[in-house]
Amino acid sequence: MWVNLTYLCWAICVVLGGWMLFDWYKIDTSYSEETLTSSREGEIEAASEKHKI
Amino acid sequence: MTATSMGSAPQKISLSRVLGPIHVWALGVGIVLVGEFDGWNFAADKGGALAALIVLWFCGLLYSAVAMIDSEVTSTIAAAGGQYAQAKHIVGPLMAFNVALYMVFAYTMLEVSDAILFGDAIVQKSGGDAGINHNSFVAASIIILAFLNYRGVLANLNFNFAITAIAFLSIVILFFSVMPWSQGTVLKLNELVTPDNALPYGWIGVIASFHWGIWYFLGIEGTTQAAEEVRSPARALPLGTMAGMVTLLIAATMTWYVCASLLPWQLLGSTYFPLWDAGRATQSPLLENMMFVTTLLAALASANGCINDAARAWFSLGRDRYLPSWFSAVHPKYRTPYRSIIFLTPIALAFAFVADLNQAITFSILSGVLQYTFMSINIMMFRKKWPLGSIQRGYTHPLHPIPAVMLFALCMVTFFAIFLGYGVQLTAMVVFYIVVSVWFHFYRYQYVRRGAQFTMPWPKPKGY
Repeated sequence: MWVNLTYLCWAICVVLGGWMLFDWYKIDTSYSEETLTSSREGEIEAASEKHKI
Repeated sequence: MTATSMGSAPQKISLSRVLGPIHVWALGVGIVLVGEFDGWNFAADKGGALAALIVLWFCGLLYSAVAMIDSEVTSTIAAAGGQYAQAKHIVGPLMAFNVALYMVFAYTMLEVSDAILFGDAIVQKSGGDAGINHNSFVAASIIILAFLNYRGVLANLNFNFAITAIAFLSIVILFFSVMPWSQGTVLKLNELVTPDNALPYGWIGVIASFHWGIWYFLGIEGTTQAAEEVRSPARALPLGTMAGMVTLLIAATMTWYVCASLLPWQLLGSTYFPLWDAGRATQSPLLENMMFVTTLLAALASANGCINDAARAWFSLGRDRYLPSWFSAVHPKYRTPYRSIIFLTPIALAFAFVADLNQAITFSILSGVLQYTFMSINIMMFRKKWPLGSIQRGYTHPLHPIPAVMLFALCMVTFFAIFLGYGVQLTAMVVFYIVVSVWFHFYRYQYVRRGAQFTMPWPKPKGY
């Protein structure tokens, strides 16, 4: 049972690791670099917290 | 997509503001609680069971100061990167670069330690007869958690909340199952901790115990990494962090009392699974198996939080171009720093396959203590440059500067304690940070967005 469990773990690693690499490739080829790296520190505050406390 | 290909202004992609105080609690306690299941007990090896209790109290003070200081500064500077963003605004870019590296190292090494603990626990449970090693379990834990982090922060921290709560409840259940109100029935504290063996190495043993005492609470400051993803930073961060600290103080006290009352100090100081062994010592299969399962859950919760925090610190460095901006990409669907998560995963795997558990824990502790030292200086500068009333704070910590001074003093004691046991590692790590600081100052800083990196709409600091 324990040996089979190790095989299962390696299989999970291959499947999930492979999925992440595939998704990474898919996203990087579908979106522009400018869009993907458009996050700026402080912009969320500027957009969502313009209220007086 | 779409927005750029159609010729309109590029769409902005940011991290999502979806978290509440329970997620902050789950992140902080999740990272730390594994310390009760493994690590703190090596303090008993350094100085005896009583030394482990004394350092629990002092480290409790140290981390209460950390939580208070962190809550004040982070509720004012609510940005991913946590202490990195604090250092950038209050001290300067070189300090910020170092602080971010402290965090990435502390969390990555902690993640490595958690994964090794997870794998070793399963191998031990197998009885060793199957001839398996821990590598597959280590790899699976890191990859599965990286996957969860990749897929989104809300589901990930909901999961962390559930497994952290179960792990905490198991400590409470164990505590009440051994009838703590009736010493002698199950617990034997007065037989196991006597005047002769309470402090076997005297007070220098107590000092040396600080090295591992840090492990009771290491990582609670990681709550700040969620700053950019909580709906209300000014409320959620102090509330989640303080509630987390209270939870950990209760858990640590119960853990010491049960373990010191069930395990001889020599065994307590050398085992990798003190709570699991305590469950076994009750001779109840139910408690033993419960503590085995929750040891695994605590290790997973901690590694999960560490992946979350290390990736956000790395992401923040990329966003300000302290590192290549490639790392600052946000996943357009899941709203996570996916490239940073993927980049740090093989690094964690590599360390997990080659590192020894004690070494990994020590590197994590060292980076953590460097960060706490910075925090004590940082809050003094913050209060001096922007006194109370000059800017709006979400939370103001009491008794300033006593927590900062206490934190600095306890950090110095801890450095000395680490030097006693791991002087070479301490020296190597300090040399490493000096070398990368030189690289940053003379090479990398030319690429930094110098004006854009300071994002807080604050008045000029006092005296400038």
